[in-house]
Amino acid sequence: MKATGAVSFWQATLAVLWKDLAAEWRSRELLSAMLVFALLVIFIFNFALELQTQLRASLSAGVLWVTLTFAGTLGLNRSLAVEKDRGCLDGLLLAPVDRAAIYAGKALANWVFMLIVAAIMLPLFGLFYNASLILPGVVLVVLLGSEGYVAVGTLLASMAVQARTRDILLPILLFPVVIPVVVAAVKATGGYLQTLPLEEIRPWLNLLGVYDVIFTSVAFMVFDSILEE
Amino acid sequence: MVLIEVRHLTKRYGPKVVLRGLDLRVEEGEFVALLGPNGAGKTTLLRILASLSKPTLGEVWIAGYRLRDQAAWVRQRLGVVSHQPLLYGDLSAEENLRFYARLYGLRNAETRIREVLTLVGLWARRRDLVRTFSRGMQQRLAIGRAILHDPEVLLLDEPHTGLDQEACDMLDHLLRQVATRGRTVVMTSHDLARAADLASRFDVLSGGCIQASARREDLAGDALLTFYRQALGPQNAASVSKEVFP
Ligand SMILES: Nc1ncnc2c1ncn2[C@@H]1O[C@H](COP(=O)(O)OP(=O)(O)OP(=O)(O)O)[C@@H](O)[C@H]1O
Ligand SMILES: [Mg+2]
Repeated sequence: MKATGAVSFWQATLAVLWKDLAAEWRSRELLSAMLVFALLVIFIFNFALELQTQLRASLSAGVLWVTLTFAGTLGLNRSLAVEKDRGCLDGLLLAPVDRAAIYAGKALANWVFMLIVAAIMLPLFGLFYNASLILPGVVLVVLLGSEGYVAVGTLLASMAVQARTRDILLPILLFPVVIPVVVAAVKATGGYLQTLPLEEIRPWLNLLGVYDVIFTSVAFMVFDSILEE
Repeated sequence: MVLIEVRHLTKRYGPKVVLRGLDLRVEEGEFVALLGPNGAGKTTLLRILASLSKPTLGEVWIAGYRLRDQAAWVRQRLGVVSHQPLLYGDLSAEENLRFYARLYGLRNAETRIREVLTLVGLWARRRDLVRTFSRGMQQRLAIGRAILHDPEVLLLDEPHTGLDQEACDMLDHLLRQVATRGRTVVMTSHDLARAADLASRFDVLSGGCIQASARREDLAGDALLTFYRQALGPQNAASVSKEVFP
């Protein structure tokens, strides 16, 4: 036997992550869809809310997270549709690895995509909304918020992809569950932009952290069972 | 040694019973052709053996491991060719195999990938994206993917679909090699002539269980067709000749 039978959790996770990044590097389908969408949302809000500079700055936290949330579902749907449509999900499930590692690899890849979108959006926001979003605090909130979002999103996208109506199903399943993340992220981002004292922001950061830990753990535990036929 | 043992396997999709109390034993080194009409449940059975689908009732053991709770051990020993190629269109042939080699923890992956790509006749196209491959080329690569880790058990669901004559011969040659090395194969097929050529045993799945089973030694000449017809019973037998000679 050439196979060793002992692929560690991290080896499997990295293999899946590498595969997703390599495939995306080729096609750039997922990122370009997310980015175009995000840009359009920023544009539309910019014209729809013809506000004074002052107000804009305070609204940008909300606009940022609405954009990330919606762009995120595009990426999540795509990421799992690629696996499902060509039967690759079966290929992954046939592998002698912990299925949680497959989840971890997919979720990490989706996180990377979200962060790339965020990294492009933050400077653009400065342009449109007259608010510099590139603050260490905001970056922290983006990291925490997108982690929770992607942890739940990858799980629910794996569920939704089994259904015929997956494109509609994912937002319906996902948005109610991520409300705490979005609310906390908007509050925390807003707090940093208005340079509130840390004591006022900390509860929201705590909420994000707790949400991330709980939902990531739950996703690890249930991922295997939601894929069973 | 019994390599695959299935006991009282039942699979239901909603109210529809696809497999009802199916029993199956496959010895190490056997090459079983799983025959049966469309919709008989051949794919369903293979998917359950491959741990891709859960039985409603019943137990499956493969290589001594119980599928229900030792699936990872079983998966290490399985190679599967299914209706779909299980390949990523945005990766090249080589990258697809490299990815699976990592998931199976293969040592000497590069040597093995080269070996397999040469075997299925895709070495020259190894750098091309699978998306640009024809159906038959994808099927060739799917076969390469299945044998990459040199599995003890091969589960093949109509592996000849989409292959040209040359590729069919390549696959047959490869399967004979695999069989002579003592590997165990379960293959579904609608091509009785080809199945007769390759398999050492013929099982007919119909009505949710194995209706009949015959060894190659016991069937001479075109006896397989007669055997298959008898196993299906008079109501289904009419469709058989059409299936064999489409
Ligand atoms: N996911 C599913 N949901 C509901 N019914 C299913 C599902 N998968 C298979 N079936 C049903 O199970 C039965 C057996 O299907 P299966 O694909 O196993 O047949 P098969 O023997 O492989 O046929 P073929 O020769 O056409 O490949 C069919 O009646 C099919 O409709
Ligand atoms: Mg079938």
